[in-house]
Amino acid sequence: MTEVETAAFPRVSLRSLDTLWFQVGGTVCNLACTHCFVSCSPTNHTHELMSLAEVRRYLDEAVRLGVREYYFTGGEPFLNPEMEAILEGTLAVGPASVLTNGLLLDPARCARLAALADGSEYSLDLRVSLDGWDAASNDPIRGEGTFTRILDGIRNLAAAGLNPVITVTEVCREAATDAGKEKFFQLLRSLGIDRPRLKVLPVFHLGAEAERGGAYESWQRLRESDVPDGGWDHLQCSSCRMATSQGVWVCPILVNEPSAKMGEALADTLGDFPLAHAACWTCHVYGVSCRT
Amino acid sequence: MSYRPPKDLDEQARQAKAKLTAHHGMATWGERLVPLAAFREAVAGAGLRLDAESRAAALRSYTGGLRDATPVEGPYSRIAVFGGVYNNHFALAELLEDAVRRGAEVIYCLGDLGGFGPNPEKVRPLLIQGGVLAIQGNYEESLAAGREDCNCGYTDPRDNHFAEISYRYTERNCSPELKAWMGTLPKRRRVQVGSRELLLVHGSPRRVNEFLFRSTSPVPFLEVLLDQQRCDAFLCTHTGLHWHRRLPSGRDVVNVGVIGRPANDGNSHAWYSVLEAREEGLAVELVPLPYDHQALAAEMRRERLPEEFVETILTGWWTTCLEILPARERAASRF
Repeated sequence: MTEVETAAFPRVSLRSLDTLWFQVGGTVCNLACTHCFVSCSPTNHTHELMSLAEVRRYLDEAVRLGVREYYFTGGEPFLNPEMEAILEGTLAVGPASVLTNGLLLDPARCARLAALADGSEYSLDLRVSLDGWDAASNDPIRGEGTFTRILDGIRNLAAAGLNPVITVTEVCREAATDAGKEKFFQLLRSLGIDRPRLKVLPVFHLGAEAERGGAYESWQRLRESDVPDGGWDHLQCSSCRMATSQGVWVCPILVNEPSAKMGEALADTLGDFPLAHAACWTCHVYGVSCRT
Repeated sequence: MSYRPPKDLDEQARQAKAKLTAHHGMATWGERLVPLAAFREAVAGAGLRLDAESRAAALRSYTGGLRDATPVEGPYSRIAVFGGVYNNHFALAELLEDAVRRGAEVIYCLGDLGGFGPNPEKVRPLLIQGGVLAIQGNYEESLAAGREDCNCGYTDPRDNHFAEISYRYTERNCSPELKAWMGTLPKRRRVQVGSRELLLVHGSPRRVNEFLFRSTSPVPFLEVLLDQQRCDAFLCTHTGLHWHRRLPSGRDVVNVGVIGRPANDGNSHAWYSVLEAREEGLAVELVPLPYDHQALAAEMRRERLPEEFVETILTGWWTTCLEILPARERAASRF
């Protein structure tokens, strides 16, 4: 590759570090969904679980930098035995959101999470992934028998007074339509949730999803001429970083790519970054925000 | 101008999807064949692993103060500050009297004069009569610039639907002179109260349409904002919900709330704020503002504004634009 080609990628600068993500569950998951762009599974140890001490180190730095909100993902965050302690520590300094598959949300845990939420002046949000409105549509993606278990988790959260955001990917094609959304709303209302919350996310053609649905094509890349009038402020990498057990990555999407690591500490990662990955194209075209 | 149906977000999603799949049939590759070499080279050439000196410089520039040439007004010993009129001239008239009764030497408005309520032209004469000093909200910015929408920052289709009705109504009922005047308002002001320097903004010191709710505006974030803006306090509005935080540094952040509609708590009154210089610092009072909400509801119905809006005025509970509420604020909400 020549210098000219390298220079042809647009660059995104960090406007402000508002959102700090934690790959708190590593790449370890109790599921192996066929559309997972990080290819998480019970045996994927690319990133390990983060300890409370590791999270604290980044929280201390984040407080000095004025980070606004914290997100926790994996893998499955609740496989981390220190997850509730991590949330307690986080909620002392800012609002937190957890992205979970919902399988480990028994009534006792939900009650403890509700107590954590009540004990903080900041918001605690739970996001539960679901990929269909019945077992026939969900289970082929997330695994046999998962639909019923996810619904149990959602029900337990609601019973504890926590109203989760249900996250659906566009692998469920109808989810992008009003009619499809209404099916999810009906499902949630049938669980006793009268104010259903839904977030639909596009598909990243990486990891397991590249095997399932196909990978990126050569034209799906950003060029310098793609810079919109308002700049790149709509991209989450203009205001977020991702902390893992191995250092700080540019964003939550590229955690499987070693070269997307920007440094060991948040202070290493305040510079700009080239929008040179095919996944950057998805974030731009779809206006992806991983935030709730 | 006639009412337009909400933008079809599903159609937009379909078009994006069509773009995504349009090239199927061309040569594709599996992930292992994605040209990561180009990515890795671009990253490696970026000099991302900073040396100690450049890291320190990046940190300094990140947390350091910004230059701001906004002139400082005052000093005053007591000021009243309000936001979000939303065409509610009944509440505005009430506020002007109440603020004077409370001894405010000057009254500031943090923007969003229009939207939601009836007859936008009734607002400016009251502002002039009360000597109110205003800044632009996203509404003024959008109307003055002839934008298609209010730039409220909603993503939910239902929220956008009602935001659009309310923007269209105000847009249609504002004279060109009023819109031009809105464009002349400053985007921020600095005011000295006692020995304290206050920054007045609409959404946040960073963006006109950034939502600063209490449960998502943590202390460390606010401290850094105040460091960057070099002030002792900042005042904002935009969310519709009032709050005040005294920070460990002794500085203050106040969301003064809005006078245009109630605070989603089942009460019909609105809110504004009075700030007073005290020896120990700033005294911040969040002030409830009762007004003739029945008269407002009647006028909204005469103007054929959505019954959903009228219900909010009468009941004190929001019926629209709820998606923006964080978990904590939403849990306290009726809808």
